[in-house]
Amino acid sequence: CGKPFLSTLKPAGEVADKQYDLTVLSTLIMVVVVAVVSVIFFYVIVRFRRSRVGENTIPKQVEGNKFLEITWTVIPILLLIILVIPVVLYTLELADTSPMDKKGRKAEDALVVNVRANLYWWEFEYPDYGIITSQELIVPTDQRVYFNLKASDVKHSFWIPSVGGKLDTNTDNENKFFLTFDSKRSKEAGDMFFGKCAELCGPSHALMDFKVKTMSAKEFQGWTKEMKNYKSTAESDLAKQGEELFKEKNCLSCHAVEPNDKRAEAARTAPNLATFGERTKVAGVKEANKENVKAWLKDPDSIKPGNKMTGTYPKLSDSETNALYEYLKGLKAESK
Amino acid sequence: MLNALTEKRTRGSMLWDYLTTVDHKKIAILYLVAGGFFFLVGGIEAMFIRIQLAKPENAFLSAQAYNEVMTMHGTTMIFLAAMPLLFALMNAVVPLQIGARDVSFPFLNALGFWLFFFGGIFLNLSWFLGGAPDAGWTSYASLSLHSKGHGIDFFVLGLQISGLGTLIAGINFLATIINMRAPGMTYMRLPLFTWTTFVASALILFAFPPLTVGLALMMLDRLFGTNFFNPELGGNTVIWEHLFWIFGHPEVYILILPAFGIFSEVIPVFARKRLFGYSSMVFAIVLIGFLGFMVWVHHMFTTGLGPIANAIFAVATMAIAIPTGIKIFNWLLTIWGGNVKYTTAMLYAVSFIPSFVLGGVTGVMLAAAAADYQFHDTYFVVAHFHYVIIGGVVFGLLAGVHFWWPKMFGKILHETMGKISFVLFFIGFHLTFFIQHFVGLMGMPRRVYTFLPGQGLETGNLISTIGAFFMAAAVILLLVNVIWTSVKGEYVGADPWHDGRTLEWTVSSPPPEYNFKQLPFVRGLDPLWIEKQAGHKSMTPAEPVDDIHMPNGSILPLIISFGLFVAAFGLLYRSDYAWGLPVIFIGLGITFITMLLRSVIDDHGYHIHKEELPNDDKGVKA
Repeated sequence: CGKPFLSTLKPAGEVADKQYDLTVLSTLIMVVVVAVVSVIFFYVIVRFRRSRVGENTIPKQVEGNKFLEITWTVIPILLLIILVIPVVLYTLELADTSPMDKKGRKAEDALVVNVRANLYWWEFEYPDYGIITSQELIVPTDQRVYFNLKASDVKHSFWIPSVGGKLDTNTDNENKFFLTFDSKRSKEAGDMFFGKCAELCGPSHALMDFKVKTMSAKEFQGWTKEMKNYKSTAESDLAKQGEELFKEKNCLSCHAVEPNDKRAEAARTAPNLATFGERTKVAGVKEANKENVKAWLKDPDSIKPGNKMTGTYPKLSDSETNALYEYLKGLKAESK
Repeated sequence: MLNALTEKRTRGSMLWDYLTTVDHKKIAILYLVAGGFFFLVGGIEAMFIRIQLAKPENAFLSAQAYNEVMTMHGTTMIFLAAMPLLFALMNAVVPLQIGARDVSFPFLNALGFWLFFFGGIFLNLSWFLGGAPDAGWTSYASLSLHSKGHGIDFFVLGLQISGLGTLIAGINFLATIINMRAPGMTYMRLPLFTWTTFVASALILFAFPPLTVGLALMMLDRLFGTNFFNPELGGNTVIWEHLFWIFGHPEVYILILPAFGIFSEVIPVFARKRLFGYSSMVFAIVLIGFLGFMVWVHHMFTTGLGPIANAIFAVATMAIAIPTGIKIFNWLLTIWGGNVKYTTAMLYAVSFIPSFVLGGVTGVMLAAAAADYQFHDTYFVVAHFHYVIIGGVVFGLLAGVHFWWPKMFGKILHETMGKISFVLFFIGFHLTFFIQHFVGLMGMPRRVYTFLPGQGLETGNLISTIGAFFMAAAVILLLVNVIWTSVKGEYVGADPWHDGRTLEWTVSSPPPEYNFKQLPFVRGLDPLWIEKQAGHKSMTPAEPVDDIHMPNGSILPLIISFGLFVAAFGLLYRSDYAWGLPVIFIGLGITFITMLLRSVIDDHGYHIHKEELPNDDKGVKA
């Protein structure tokens, strides 16, 4: 049950499948345990009630029973052995990130994405292609995608429920793992999965969502080319005015508008806005439309309490937000 | 004669009596009242959480307020409600069960309570002084160092003070159970509640120091500019996770083991049958206590410690299911062939079994490391630990409170009200938490202040909220019951359930301040039951009637604790205000001077002379 783009019960890739299988196996074993306990439980509580046994009966005081006690020690051990073998195997298997460290690794064989979690937004860097995106992760299907995970401020946790379990983004070290996106089931989920932050990180922890777009390996190659040649020009007068404002109001000092942002990581303090016009959500949670973009520009705290943008720029008038919206809406790869 | 004196007392002197008491029975009542109060506070916080999550994008609480409420709900329930309520029952019952006149260190016992009390008050004052802690009860280092305001400082300082109290209480129970057992009360004749208190106290002894270290480092980082948890300057936040969970996992066993003990007392009494497999029960408790220290990394499977660590801790964690399973079957077999009376206490005890098994099996699922990557930090985990903590600890507390209420207060809680309250609580509990397993698997992370529509999470959350209202109704009815009973209830004798098996049921309800006129001689497990079966009217005394030595009450424990409470404010505001620094020294001065007074003033206590002891010996009767 649940939605195919969000539920761990609708697994859509190798990792989620394995975890789902383990969940099912352990649930089955546990159902057996619960059933056995329940049967004995209901029998004893009904059969030995005082109104049936008699008010003054003194039951036999039994000390114990060796055979029974050994039985209910050994059987659980056996059940656990059944469970523990696949658990250990899968745990080791899911941690195999050796291809990403291989010398002469080709991006086509083992794609690596650097994920950086920040207070309420995500950055995805494709080091092989020199591309940076924010809030939307683009991945090819039917191959293992390797992730380097870290956080730039506080601890977060990277989780795409229907594609695989989570791994924390620590402030101390980089964590590595891989996920696989199955093409058929990605299609069923609309080629779009929901990603979440799974570690409490502050007021807007609940709103720290991201989106995952899946496409075939071929389409993905096309996308990387598109991004490399990314160029976006403001067309209308209003958009041009917005572009001016974007510089004037110092938005550029934090937000890049090209996917090949060359600045050092520490300087990239806000989401990259290249392809903003193609995104489905504003701030990861709100429908991408004029009203919401303007609401965000007016008061980001009304949408994401505790975000780092509030108070870093001068107040914007209505006409200024209109112009900025027009400009931001037009941030698309030229070919689209 | 003593009773007549008590009645003449004014309200003021009764208050003074409780502020200075070192009597384990009165300290039990203090723990019960304070722990009960914090339980209500934590419960109100829980209701706020459920109201906020009743529908998507609800605006009942702001994001910041939600994080504070959620943090304080967890912290309050664990440190200020569950543990003190267990201490209430331990204090009320354990000395009686082992046939002792008090605990080993009555003065320390009072000190433990007051430290907990002032720590808890300090922590909750954060609500009125700029905002409560907001980083979850786990207070992971990067977030809690990032947190603005003084919330986390209240957390760090308040828990250090109350943690000291817990450590003292634990040491006191260890010493008491080792040294104060009546003649004939060997270890393998100890009632199970005493056994679990013993093991839980040992866990406290080893688990609280890591917490204290963690909190101290956090305090230094936040208030004195050190960088233990700052990775940019060579610190490490994962260390906090280790320190916290090396404490945190044993902590849940500190809670659940005494609850196991309560069920092991309640079930034999109302099934009129000896506990099945006593020695394997004891073995299982000790084994669970030991394994409790070997599994903390299962809270950190997604931290990235590597597959080998995860696999090892997965196996270790699953191993705990075996001794726990042994206990479940022993309880079932205790009922098997018994003669079961369903009192409110027994209803809680019996319904604990299937409820806890559900929580236990999801625990094994969570131990499956590779699968846990999906479960971790979702509502699946929320469901799991509420199943073990409510289905285990709270059911245990409620069973214990109903069971020992007549021993503590001399009156049986109204049974019909108790049963209605039980039904409401039981339904509400399962309604609230069962569905959360699925909500979690469907992709809802925990600790979120809201969720968006269209993700399939609406129904589950609404059901949870409805269930929470049932639980609230049950608790309100329990309160009504307590008030009704204290006004209208009738006094009962030494053995109000008529099937008492252990020594607490040999003394009057409530017991005299010296507990036993003559210490009883113990001839086996369930000593009272043995005497009853042998046709004896009372326990065989192990000593002649003699003067009884009693400790004097003292206000010093309260003052020592109050000094730390004052010092904590100084520490908190040291960098904000000039008065902060002197206040630290004033507070510590109060504490240390009072400790000095305690050391230099000789207090030999007093004697109750044998002529003053009642003749008819209401106490030792079977």
